[in-house]
Amino acid sequence: MNEKYETHEHDVLIIGAGGAGLRAAVEALNQGASVGVVCKSLLGKAHTVMAEGGIAAAMANVDAGDNWRTHFCDTMRGGKFLNNWRMAQLHAQEAPDRVRELEQWGALFDRTESGDIMQRAFGGHTFKRLCHVGDRTGLEMIRTLQDRGVSMGIDVYMECTVTRLLKDGDRVAGAFGYWREQGRFVVFKAKSVVIATGGIGKAWKVTSNSWEYTGDGMALAYEAGAELMDMEFVQFHPTGMVWPPGVQGILVTEAVRGEGGVLRNRLGERFMEKYDPKRMELSTRDVVARSIYTEVREGRGTEHGGAYLDISHKPAEYVKRKLPGMYHQFKELADVDITAGPMEVGPTCHYVMGGIRVDAESAQASIPGLFAAGEAAAGLHGANRLGGNSLSDLLVFGRRAGVAAAKHAKETAAPTLDAAQVEDAAREMLQPFERRDGEGPYEIHRELQDTLQALVGIYRNEDDLKRALAEIECLRDRAARVRVEGSRLFNPGWHLARDLKSMLTVVECVTLCALARKESRGAHSRLDFPEYDAEWGKKNNVIVRDGAGMALRQIPVREMPEDLKQLVADEK
Amino acid sequence: MAEAVLAVFRGTREGGAAVDYRVPIAPGMVVLDALHYIQGHLAPDLAVRWNCKAGRCGSCSAEVNGRPRLTCKTRMDSLPTDKPITVAPMKTFPLIKDLVTDVSWNYQVNKKIPAFSPRPGTDWKMLQADVDRAQEFRKCIECFLCQDVCHVLRDHQKQEQYAGPRFFVRVAGLEMHPLDGLSRIKGIKDQMGIGFCNITKCCTEVCPESIHITDNAIIPLKERVVDQFYDPLVWIARKFRRSGDS
Repeated sequence: MNEKYETHEHDVLIIGAGGAGLRAAVEALNQGASVGVVCKSLLGKAHTVMAEGGIAAAMANVDAGDNWRTHFCDTMRGGKFLNNWRMAQLHAQEAPDRVRELEQWGALFDRTESGDIMQRAFGGHTFKRLCHVGDRTGLEMIRTLQDRGVSMGIDVYMECTVTRLLKDGDRVAGAFGYWREQGRFVVFKAKSVVIATGGIGKAWKVTSNSWEYTGDGMALAYEAGAELMDMEFVQFHPTGMVWPPGVQGILVTEAVRGEGGVLRNRLGERFMEKYDPKRMELSTRDVVARSIYTEVREGRGTEHGGAYLDISHKPAEYVKRKLPGMYHQFKELADVDITAGPMEVGPTCHYVMGGIRVDAESAQASIPGLFAAGEAAAGLHGANRLGGNSLSDLLVFGRRAGVAAAKHAKETAAPTLDAAQVEDAAREMLQPFERRDGEGPYEIHRELQDTLQALVGIYRNEDDLKRALAEIECLRDRAARVRVEGSRLFNPGWHLARDLKSMLTVVECVTLCALARKESRGAHSRLDFPEYDAEWGKKNNVIVRDGAGMALRQIPVREMPEDLKQLVADEK
Repeated sequence: MAEAVLAVFRGTREGGAAVDYRVPIAPGMVVLDALHYIQGHLAPDLAVRWNCKAGRCGSCSAEVNGRPRLTCKTRMDSLPTDKPITVAPMKTFPLIKDLVTDVSWNYQVNKKIPAFSPRPGTDWKMLQADVDRAQEFRKCIECFLCQDVCHVLRDHQKQEQYAGPRFFVRVAGLEMHPLDGLSRIKGIKDQMGIGFCNITKCCTEVCPESIHITDNAIIPLKERVVDQFYDPLVWIARKFRRSGDS
């Protein structure tokens, strides 16, 4: 490799510094690997901080009857059995140890009377299972992992963005990126690369996700030849803020319902009685989101097009102690005192169940040396994720990815970097500055968000999805000619120009898979195919790059062994 | 539609000045929304840090009308619109561009703090009453507004000798963790320079998480330093012990 670009070499390169990336880093360091973590923002700002309600782990501190088997069954049922059963099993079995580990690294969870970690109820979980700290569990988790990593001497490349994975033949050899501050390019050489870049929510207009969630990791993996799976399953969290307009989409934690909050429509009806009389507000997210959406569409929505979520029947001090973030968020941003009256809430794009297809045990993707964990990976959650299963996912599979990436690095020789790939990546990044005409990235992004919001939302149909594909095609042409103003110095427009490419790739995957799946299941609801289809219940959609186009195929859902089948049958 | 004018600092270390931007106002809009409008319509290269836009990540710190704030939590309707709203980068940290500053010094300081170290043989049982105290400090979102406003850093540039309120909060969280077995008190005195703080409480005033930085973190830590190093009885006892050793 020539000396033209700043180059760093690690055994394991981790892209993303949220819960999954940091947990992977800690583990790979534990295994003796040299580890580099690259993140788009400052350390400790990743979207894990926005996780509020808790970490699902069958610790049985509050409900003595809980155990991994019930957690496993809840997860499979929530995912409508499209989940990779082995991931769901490992997740349920290992989550309690991962939580205890956090505590041993300094996390301070809320406590039960007897001094154990407190657990709360959440949608789709049979027992009180979510270990939490008020409504800021994600912050506690990321800070704990951050402190742990820092104390182990982790190398973090902050405000650095990877724009391409580099390959040596079939295997991954590293990554190319740029420093946000100066706009300088940087090359990473690594034997193993772990993708932990989170989700894709910024492609929708109403979203709980920040600017970072543009599907980078999935798009990088796809470009490098890895398979993506289950991309049609995008979770709309039932409760985002709807008013005022500036805060539209900001998350309202499910913990409000976990702590006893009730949903009502404009007429004062507790409408969940109609949709899921058994579980009511603590039904799964797909069901609650559709219910609110339906109430609004049928004219029973609130003034600003949502539903009322009310926790004010609980003592004010209790609400402030268990939901302090929500109390301040509504007080300061919406002039609403949630201890005295209801919040207005509606669905917001929150999470993608799909992502990079990985092996359950090792988190390895379909190309050698590439691993993925957390939201960027697919499999654990199937067609719909239960609240609280994300933070435990990050810990369980972050750790597994760290172990496997370190092992892979130990067993392989150093890769060779290909100067031509590096030059091509650099050229691609510079092109937007060289164009004399062409439009800026912001307008294209706004139109992309409007398109996805209107055509690839909670309810889908064939016409909308076909129109969306045509729009995406058209937006891709425009994005290919995007022009950037200003210098390379900390230039958000330049960054967005690159992010557009990732977003367009992943939303095309989402739309293609949504079009193919002619049934309704979990978070994927087709107005033209409103029922479950037994055949589709046995298939996962998988996408892989085929030249310039996308090849979509179906693979059989991995069949559960007899003992787990029996377990699911018994738990019903 | 109502409008506001924002005078946003544009520039780099080489120099810069406030530039006026006219922004339409929507109900409930916050300053960060206005900055996004400017990026999206008027100045695509305006450098701003932000992430969650919900007051939980601490990225979007700036000085709005001279006051250190999170721009995502500063409502436009809380500010007078008869004159331009000034938005400037945090003054205490070296400028990178526009509203973005180099906060890497904070990460360097943080590395020096000894990590949580559980007492051997703990059974991991803790009562809520015992964790309440440390949980307050763990609310910190690392927005660094307390560092920005602290005059020891802002006016006297004691970055070499003084860690700043954020890190006293972190240490307080460790020292008051019910199961931590390490003492960081010597470090607070010698490396972190807690003596420089003369408890003006500016940090507490700007904390978006309402952490009682001065009262609950800094003052108790100062007391521990005094107990350990400046208590006259302890001092005399130590003298005697030392002369006894010789």
